[in-house]
Formats: sequence, structure tokens, C-alpha cells
Amino acid sequence: MAANAGGGPAGPAKMAFSKALNTSLRTALENDPKVLVMGEDVGKLGGVFRITDGLQKDFGEERVIDTPLAESGIIGTAIGLALRGYRPVTEIQFDGFVFPAYDQIVTQLAKMHARALGTVKLPVVIRIPYGGGIGAVEHHSESPEALFAHVAGLKIVSPANPSDAYWMLQQAIECDDPVIFLEPKARYWDKGEVDTTAIPGPLHRARVIRPGTDLTLAAYGPTVKTALAAAQAAEEEGRSLEVVDLRSISPVDFDTLQGSVEKTGRLVIVHEAPVFFGAGAEVAARITERCFYHLEAPVLRVGGFHAPYPPARLEEEYLPGLDRVLDSVDRALAY
Amino acid sequence: MDSTAARGKPRRSSAKRAAKKTQPGKPPAPGTPRAPEMVQLLTPEGERVEHPDYAVDPTPEELRGLYRDMVLTRRFDAEATALQRQGELGLWPSLLGQEAAQIGSGRALHDDDYVFPTYREHGVAWCRGVDPTKLLGMFRGVNHGGWDPGSNNFHLYTIVIGSQVLHATGYAMGVAKDGGGQAVIAYFGDGASSQGDVSEAFTFAAVYQSPVVFFCQNNQWAISEPTERQTRVPLYQRAAGFGFPGVRVDGNDVLAVLAVTRAAVERARAGEGPMLIEAFTYRMGAHTTSDDPTRYRPSDELEEWQGKDPLLRLGRLLEREKLADADFFAALDEESDRLARKVREAIRTMPDPEHMAMFEHVYADGHALVDEERAGYAAYLDSFADTETGTGTKNEGVR
Repeated sequence: MAANAGGGPAGPAKMAFSKALNTSLRTALENDPKVLVMGEDVGKLGGVFRITDGLQKDFGEERVIDTPLAESGIIGTAIGLALRGYRPVTEIQFDGFVFPAYDQIVTQLAKMHARALGTVKLPVVIRIPYGGGIGAVEHHSESPEALFAHVAGLKIVSPANPSDAYWMLQQAIECDDPVIFLEPKARYWDKGEVDTTAIPGPLHRARVIRPGTDLTLAAYGPTVKTALAAAQAAEEEGRSLEVVDLRSISPVDFDTLQGSVEKTGRLVIVHEAPVFFGAGAEVAARITERCFYHLEAPVLRVGGFHAPYPPARLEEEYLPGLDRVLDSVDRALAY
Repeated sequence: MDSTAARGKPRRSSAKRAAKKTQPGKPPAPGTPRAPEMVQLLTPEGERVEHPDYAVDPTPEELRGLYRDMVLTRRFDAEATALQRQGELGLWPSLLGQEAAQIGSGRALHDDDYVFPTYREHGVAWCRGVDPTKLLGMFRGVNHGGWDPGSNNFHLYTIVIGSQVLHATGYAMGVAKDGGGQAVIAYFGDGASSQGDVSEAFTFAAVYQSPVVFFCQNNQWAISEPTERQTRVPLYQRAAGFGFPGVRVDGNDVLAVLAVTRAAVERARAGEGPMLIEAFTYRMGAHTTSDDPTRYRPSDELEEWQGKDPLLRLGRLLEREKLADADFFAALDEESDRLARKVREAIRTMPDPEHMAMFEHVYADGHALVDEERAGYAAYLDSFADTETGTGTKNEGVR
């Protein structure tokens, strides 16, 4: 235990995505007395998804704080705590509940460092379980990343596997800027190897997670798994797809993506959020500009529709599943 | 057209109406607000009065100091308004009429207390030792806040109504975690009292017993909307519903404001939790230089409040009690003029920001997109470098 600040097993270990986040929070609380965890039900209950399980018991109510049910209050007080020198890691219970805090995030949190000409720092992390696929009621399955990506001053990341969940949360907490940390809730129960002693790569670096030659599939968060499945299926049809896990939405690592697209000549972007004015639109525009002479086909996007997130019985139609991704792959390859 | 007459005379205070409705001997209907009480220690005529709960016993020097603070603040404010009229500032939110509320509360604070202002707390800034010329930058359009909040424990002005009240509460939560012993004060107005953030701040501060003083300057008007458009109860009475004390103080009485704020600050510093102060005052000027209050409020109301002017009443006390002589007033006049000249000089020599300044401090740890756009815009500007002007940074090159 002493040799391993995280309290988890030393070296690589198989861990659920949710446990990786929990371990990461524990490590951060142990390493830095200024780190606080705050949100609704994060204390005794351990959060509705149990991401903060056991933390209040071990670190006390002063550091793992059950807040009143007021999202603007959570972010607004986190700003004040950050001004006092704390590093609050806030939890918004579900994606669709972030909007009462949207004003504080956009008008205050994002802009205060610039407003103060750099004299204050706002190291606030906003953890948001996001995305669909869990059969939930309204407001529990949304993907609001584009609504934050448009705002200068915020950083936005989304891990897709347990190892990234652990390390990217460590890095988000260490970052002196506000970070929107989007957790693909459908992946909470996925297991993977986590090495809490490894040296992680940069937070905002994209990663080629499957090499290929015919087309690049870019995804982040919950759709990375879908993209990998699509690449696997395409391989069986003799097509070689390269999969890039963007990992970061603000900023996007266009250099890594450009390297991939210059090689493959085709790009399909997959996200759960509505395609219209989504992150994929920005990626498409910039990659088109950067890779114009390498592109064999227009950049295509697969994602949610311009409709409210549907009732759970329809969500498989709304979400970009394997077939819709492969359909776009076929369209791109047909040019 | 006499639209004022057509609308009927605006009723200024719901509390006043509620007080009128209360009949002796008959219990009020459920939900009827209690008749408001207001702490006053100095009458508009400049006479000292006693209050059972709040007292202050300033030395003559302290009284002269408070008067000087208010006079200089008013002079600074008038100069800023003039500078706006002359085109040197884009906008100015005047504090005219609220000097006692701001100086009284500002002088109740300890150096290590922390202030979260709105955008009108020029008098509080003065008390905190913030260089008044630094307040002008954001209204001239050279920055969004030109001072380091940490150097005077005076946060930047916040324009979105009520947002800073949550920041103050969070800061106070941090103070408590660090062992307490300091107070945080959050300024806001009667209009802001309708914002959800203010109610959320009350809730957080109450449940965590945070060392924060909520200082509401009820200046009767939120741009064109009277306080009765914001509340059915006297604002200070809202505190009871959240579980902490609330007090209405005569906001034009610098001594009462000083006494009540001191009590609230000492309470917070002792770890006894939050308190709400409603400073009952009046915005004698416009909301900002862009506003025209003649469209919505009657002139007799202003006249009535001019009789309660915060400077006038303390001046009367100083004169009647012979606590200040003609030399004092003459020297203060001179000091006011010097301050005004300094402000005028500072605004005229205030440099515009550098072209690339907008890319600075967007992030503390950097951001690839900002780097890319900064480089792109610099290259664009540099593309004019070989034109006649040769500056490479001015739009002259475009012609």
C-alpha cells in the first residue's frame, strides 16, 4: 500500500472502468490535500454509479462533500473553492442535469482566468457520466460535448477504456484549467488493464488504436468500442480500417488525425451526439483543410439525429451502431 | 402625455404596503410579511440615535475618515461619469447615493477578509486599497478586469447578476476548511435577489455554516424594475427561511452600516455562519450611463432620497458637533480635485491592449487550438509588414 499511492494493486491489473475512476480519485485525494470531491450523493452512497464509493469513509466529509441538489451551486462554489486554492473535482449526476450549471461554466469558470489576466487559476474538474445505451429515462443519455467545445477556456476529454479513465482523470485533476471530464456511462462496467505505475502520454493526444490502410475511423468515449467493432467487421470483408481514439475534444489532436488521414485518404467520424454542429463537423472541416489533396472522399459523420434523445426503446435506432457506421464506411469507400 | 399619472404612482416598497395592511390586534394572514425594522444610528438630519442591538463609537478622526472616504468615492464616481460623457469610457455604472452602504461595509472588513463585488462596488474597492484608476480599464474596453484579486482580497467585478455570490460562498467554504478566522463578503443587489444562484448560495452557506456575509444593496431599482417586482417580503426576511439571521440597515447611514457589517463579519470570523444584510439605500443616478431613469421613475422620489443623502447627514454631524473645521472641508475639496485629475490623467494615458493580447491567458496550461490561431493571426498581421507603414501590426497596411 505504501509503495502504491492509489491503494490499488501495484503494476498492471484488470479493472472495471468505474473502478479505475474510483482508484484515480483515491490517488488524487491521497496525493494532494487540496483535492476535493463534491457532488450530489457522492458521499455515503458513493455516487449513483458508485464512482466515489468509499471515498468519504476514508477521506471524511470535509473532502468528499455531499452537496445540496443544485448544479449551479456545485460549480459556483467550486469556483470559489478553486480561488481559495483547492482543486475541486465535481460530479454532475447525469449529462442532462448539467444545464442549471451551464451559466456558471460558460460565463464564469471558462472566462475567469482570462478576465483576471492570468492572476487566478481555476483547476476545476467537472465529471459528467454521458451518453446513452443504458435504457434510461429522459435527460440521462445525452452527449453535450459540443455545447462546451464552443467555449474558449474549457478543456474537454473523454476516456474510452479503463486505463485512460485512470490516467486522464489524474491529468485532468493536475491541470490548472477547468476540464469537462466526460465519462461514457455505458462503458462503466467494461474491464481492461490499468497500470497505475505507468507513465501516461499527454492528456490531449489522440491515439491510433488499430492500424489500417483504407479508411480512418475517428471516435471518442463510448463510440470507440463501436469503431473497433466496425473495423473488425470490415476486416472480415477485406477492408483495412484505421481507428483513432481522439480522447480529447478540446483541443482536438489534429496532427495525429491528419497523419492517419494522409495515409488512408478517407475519414469517418463517429459520435453519439447529434451530427448537426457536432464535434464531427469541426473535425471534418479542419481535416478537409489540412488533408484536401489526400482525400479520396468527403469526410463523413455518423451520430445522433437532430431530434431529442428518444425514449429508451428507440435509442438503438438513434445511436450510431455497428451497421450505421459500416454503412458510412461503405459510402466513403464508394467514392 | 402624462404616463406616470396614467400608471399611477409607483409604490416603492412592498414592505411599506405590508406594514400598512397590518391591523393591530388581528393576527396577520399566513404568508404576510412582518413589518420591516431598520437599524439606524444616524438620522438624515445628522443626529445620533441609539439601537438596542447595534452600536458604534467612532472617534472624531474615524468619523472624518468615513466622510473623506465617501466624498472621495463620490468625486471619483462623478469623474468617471464625466469621462464617459466625454467618450473616454464606454460605460460607467455610478454608485451615486450608495456611498454609505459601501464605505460603511468596506470599513468593517479586516485586511484578510475577502470581497466578491458586483460591478458597482467602487467605494468598497476604495476601502480595499484598489487603485481607483484600475477600475476604469474594463469600462474603457482595454480589459475585463485590470487588477489582481489576490493583492487586495478584492475579486474582479462580476457582470452576470448574482454569479459571484456562489463564488463567495465557495471561497468561504474553503476558509472554513482551512480553519476559519476570516470572513468573506458577497455584494449583490435587489435585482440579483431573484437569481437562482443567490438562493443556491444561501442554501450552501446555511447548510455548511460558511463564514460569508451576504450584503444586499437594495437601491430600490433593478434598471427599470422596482424592488416590488423582485420580492413580496422585505429582502432581509428571506434569511430566516434559509436558517440564518437577516438585518435591514439604513443603507444611507454609514455608522449603522459599519456597526451591522462589523457584527456580521465578527460572527463569520468566529465561525458562527452566514448572515444577510439588506442595506436599504437608493440609486440616485442611472443604472449606468446608458440608462435613462426619467422613463420609469418619478422625480419626486429622487428628491425624497436626496434628503437622506449619506454624505449630507454625516457632514451635518461633523459640523454640528464641531468635529471638523473649515480647513478640513477645504483640504478635502482639494484632495478630491487631485484625485479627479489623477483619474483623468490615468484614463488618457491608459494604453490599448496589444494586438495579440486576446490570445493570452485563455488557458493556464495552454491549448493547441489557441496556439494555432495565435500563430495564424500573427502571420496574417505580419503579411502587412512590408507595406509602407512597415508596422506589421496596424490595419493601415490593409489600405
